[in-house]
Amino acid sequence: MSPADIRDVIIEILEDIAPDEDLSSLKDDVSFREQMELDSMDFLDIVMELRKRHRVQIPEEEYGELASMESTVTYLTPKMADI
Amino acid sequence: MIADANKTELPDDQRIVITGIGLTAPNGNSLSEFRESLLNGKSGVQDYEIRYFGKTFAGVCDFDERKHQTRKDRRRGTRAASAGIYCANEAVIDSGIDWENTDKSRVGIYVGVTEHGNVETENEVFEIKGFDYDTQYWSHHHNPRTVANNPAGEVALNMGIIGPHYTIGAACAAGNAGMIQGAQMLRLHECDLAIAGGVSESIHTFGIFAGFNSQGALARNGDPEKASCPFDVNRQGIVVAEGGCLYTLERFSDAKSRGANIIGELAGYAMNTDATDFVLPNPDRQAACVRLALGKAGISADQIDIVSTHATGTESGDIQECAGLRQVFGDCESTYINNTKSFIGHSMGAAGAIELAGNLSSFKDGVVHATINVDEVDPLCQLPGLVVNEPREVGKVDYILNNSFGMLGINSVVIIKKI
Repeated sequence: MSPADIRDVIIEILEDIAPDEDLSSLKDDVSFREQMELDSMDFLDIVMELRKRHRVQIPEEEYGELASMESTVTYLTPKMADI
Repeated sequence: MIADANKTELPDDQRIVITGIGLTAPNGNSLSEFRESLLNGKSGVQDYEIRYFGKTFAGVCDFDERKHQTRKDRRRGTRAASAGIYCANEAVIDSGIDWENTDKSRVGIYVGVTEHGNVETENEVFEIKGFDYDTQYWSHHHNPRTVANNPAGEVALNMGIIGPHYTIGAACAAGNAGMIQGAQMLRLHECDLAIAGGVSESIHTFGIFAGFNSQGALARNGDPEKASCPFDVNRQGIVVAEGGCLYTLERFSDAKSRGANIIGELAGYAMNTDATDFVLPNPDRQAACVRLALGKAGISADQIDIVSTHATGTESGDIQECAGLRQVFGDCESTYINNTKSFIGHSMGAAGAIELAGNLSSFKDGVVHATINVDEVDPLCQLPGLVVNEPREVGKVDYILNNSFGMLGINSVVIIKKI
């Protein structure tokens, strides 16, 4: 997957776990938490959905990489390159 | 000092009144819609299909989940809690309480359930089946969804209520049990407003259908709207339903001082236990429970105008309840008896609360809704005041007695008085 495809994947997951949010103006370089009402259970949802939908495993000590869209895509690009 | 609830003359701060009702039933999402359906013979039972079990019937609700809940919270939570959130918000609106200025630390929530967690556990097992039962795909939402306080706890989260909340597990006696718990907490001054009743999400667990079916106690043949027919000689068993009904309960003294619209007084209540069988009811213990409630209300059986029966449409359950009622009301010429499950099926933890609500309008309109779908009354279910198929105008209604019984021999009765 390209970085653009990975971004689409994350948007799809966010649409499911935060269905009341407007994601059209999401800023990639700003943390999710500054723009959305997301708590630790929501971040676990992102981890779970990546695991379920794309078999991507994210170790607990690396959850911090999912802070913003930009950091998430950068982190996932090598992990999802062959998908 | 807590006043003795057996004494008929209680001080006003020990008398408990209903001041608001929020409900969702398979044939109505407000008391007025529900009452209209009951008086017009409108069923809420329909064809239904659920994984593994297949085609059956169910009482399905169509309340607006979004009216009082965000999509995100609904996704995180449970259907039982969603019904509770709808009902609690509607009850508070109905009560006319100034909610914004209410001290939320003095509000309690008491939600009865027949079972909780089956739906969510079945969903997760189904989900991980797609991953060869690898438990790393088991949701982190499972525990908050399945803890036993979930429905009441989600109502608290939704409404910012920070007083005591309990979910009361009481099998199919739970709707009454929730109300009784609320009344007791008010009498103890543990809260000033109790939101109390019961909810059901049971149509979303295949296990409850399969369990009743294996027991030979599930109705799933013929016309869905005719399938729930307690007291009929050809009854097939239970139609499972979902729903919810929560009341705002207040001490009479508080309700009077704020000029509340008082729907009725919880004049008496009782809970007792059979301790005789896992599933088969005990009519002597049911009759004892009714007598206990009458004693607490300080009235005699012939003062009861309406008995709202628990009967679910099973052969033995209906006969046993009628045997118990015959012991108490056999000689009462002006006591009318009906059954609401014939319209909506068995809404499990919500049943006691919903069925009572359906009757409360009788205080105003003087009409007793019927038990419908009766082609031929089972002779063993024949009771003198049984209102069959068509509602009956009876004039003045002062007392309504509501039965609600459950597995493991749990019995509950509430008596509501018009004031």
